[in-house]
Amino acid sequence: MDANEKSTELKPSSRRRFLRQSAALAGLATVGGVRSAHAQKSESRVPDERSFSSFYGVPSHFENNVREIAPNQYPHMLSALTPHQDSVGIITPSALHFLNLRNHDAPPSIDPQQHRLLIHGLVDRPLIYTMDELKRLPAVSRVHFIECRGNTIWPGGNHSGFRTVQETHGKMSCSEWTGVLVSTLLREAGLQKEAKWIIAEGADAGHHVKSIPIEMAMDDFMVAYGQNGEAVRPEQGYPIRMVAPGSVGIFNVKYLRRIKVVDQPYMLAAENTYADARPNLQGKRLWFNFYWQPKSVITRPSGGQRLPSPGFYQITGLAWSGGGVIRKVEVSTDAGKTWKDARLQEPVHSKAFCRFFFDWTWDGQEAVIQSRCTDEQGDVQKSLDEFGELWGYKPGSIDMNRDTGAMVNVIQPWKVDREGRVENALLT
Amino acid sequence: MRYLLNLCMPGLALAMCVGAQAQGPTYKLGRTPTSEEIRAWDIAISPDGKELPPGSGSTEEGIPLFAQKCMRCHGPGGRGGGVAGVFVSPTGPGGAIVTQKGPPNNFPLATTLWDAINRSMPRYQEGSLTASQVYAVTAALLYWNGVIQENDVMDAKSLPKVQMPSRNSFVPLHPDYKKYMDCNPNRLKCLNQGVLAPTEK
Repeated sequence: MDANEKSTELKPSSRRRFLRQSAALAGLATVGGVRSAHAQKSESRVPDERSFSSFYGVPSHFENNVREIAPNQYPHMLSALTPHQDSVGIITPSALHFLNLRNHDAPPSIDPQQHRLLIHGLVDRPLIYTMDELKRLPAVSRVHFIECRGNTIWPGGNHSGFRTVQETHGKMSCSEWTGVLVSTLLREAGLQKEAKWIIAEGADAGHHVKSIPIEMAMDDFMVAYGQNGEAVRPEQGYPIRMVAPGSVGIFNVKYLRRIKVVDQPYMLAAENTYADARPNLQGKRLWFNFYWQPKSVITRPSGGQRLPSPGFYQITGLAWSGGGVIRKVEVSTDAGKTWKDARLQEPVHSKAFCRFFFDWTWDGQEAVIQSRCTDEQGDVQKSLDEFGELWGYKPGSIDMNRDTGAMVNVIQPWKVDREGRVENALLT
Repeated sequence: MRYLLNLCMPGLALAMCVGAQAQGPTYKLGRTPTSEEIRAWDIAISPDGKELPPGSGSTEEGIPLFAQKCMRCHGPGGRGGGVAGVFVSPTGPGGAIVTQKGPPNNFPLATTLWDAINRSMPRYQEGSLTASQVYAVTAALLYWNGVIQENDVMDAKSLPKVQMPSRNSFVPLHPDYKKYMDCNPNRLKCLNQGVLAPTEK
């Protein structure tokens, strides 16, 4: 079938992907006998036994959309990247949410019956909550992205290992989070006059901790127990996590067990190490820089995919900003010479992924496609040169690495060659 | 909500509005924690060190302890070679905590170092070090970096007073960052203003 061939063709053609698909087909053989892709019918009496469970369903065995281990990562970190190239809509399935884990650890196993949330410090009434009590409080459900501060960096100034949108943008995901607003909890406890910051701390072995300005926390931070219609996954902080809309990933403290209200930032490891080492700061580093700037990327067609023939393609991608709602996404298909507005999927949520669409007819010639977005504050996604200027790099000499690179929001160009192959054109 | 707003219109009873804004408990869920419960979890160390526990440690205890508990990942004397971060410049004292850019080596406060060791080290045995052992390992790292003398003893009083060479390596210096970042440092038009202005550095 043509439709099947096209959708397969658009997937990244890496060897690893090929092997995964082969494995899936091999598995299929035991169920439905050997058959070629061409013989695949849209109507079938063969049961999809591998994908069927009356208890907890899994995707069709024809789908091979999985996370990938990040390239060029610290040896003691495990980063698993979300496969945006195959994403639709704005919600990242919980099972595909990106991960950053120290020492390749499995997530801690925390019994919700035993788990407690302590609120103390500069409050009138210190409180300790059980999970049941938290769930009795007024709840909100909101769609928000979470993005690692180091998403979209290119260690060593080259792009080896950063071919696909999964590799360039995989350290971000978007979920519908359900829980209690931090403002609800802190009002119950009663903030004292000197309250200026909170310390949020986890129950994991390393007790991840972050100092958070109280006005950020009181604005829209949540203590979430729900993710995409079910309990927060252990990978994401079960039974509860902080959700810090629009700010960098480390604010979203998993396994949250304590909020201490204090008068100053505690300047712990997460404050000091996550600072911008901009060359134009003369050896100093910028800290207290928390919110993501507007950012967008075309997810389809994107690096590693292939357009089988000239003709119509709907370009689609994601836009998001820590500044609030995305107001506009523009797409260029001529290497940035001209830009046209893309259509935004409604409703557009604040500090959330916004899906955009742009109709395009590929004429079979080489093309560079890219997107840029504008948020409700009027901030516009930066070009590579603008980003370099802000940080003080000489033109064409941005040498991001994993120690200094952070909060990159540059426009991501993809080049389509005459064969229809799509590749990362950011640094070429 | 509209009702509350109306109540708070100017000219109406101000006391009522303040009452509506005041933070009385609305839902009365949860219970009051015991002081023991709070103390057991109150581990984050502030810059003034008020949460630091009793105990003390010196390089004499810290150096062999580092070899025993930390060297496998951080290398001999914290000079790297293992899977985890370098804490001491391979070229000698004076070094890594100050100058090395990457995590976790750039700590402008000695309390940060104590907190990080106490909180999350050694990996897979977090919480196994006594407070005095954490003071001792901290002392060793500070000594190797040329920050304290070999005979200095670290405890709740002395640690917050240690002057880290990287204390002034960050902008804005003051934690009341909003004052200094009224011009968003992610905007090009702010290149020479606020925290990005040469005078701020």
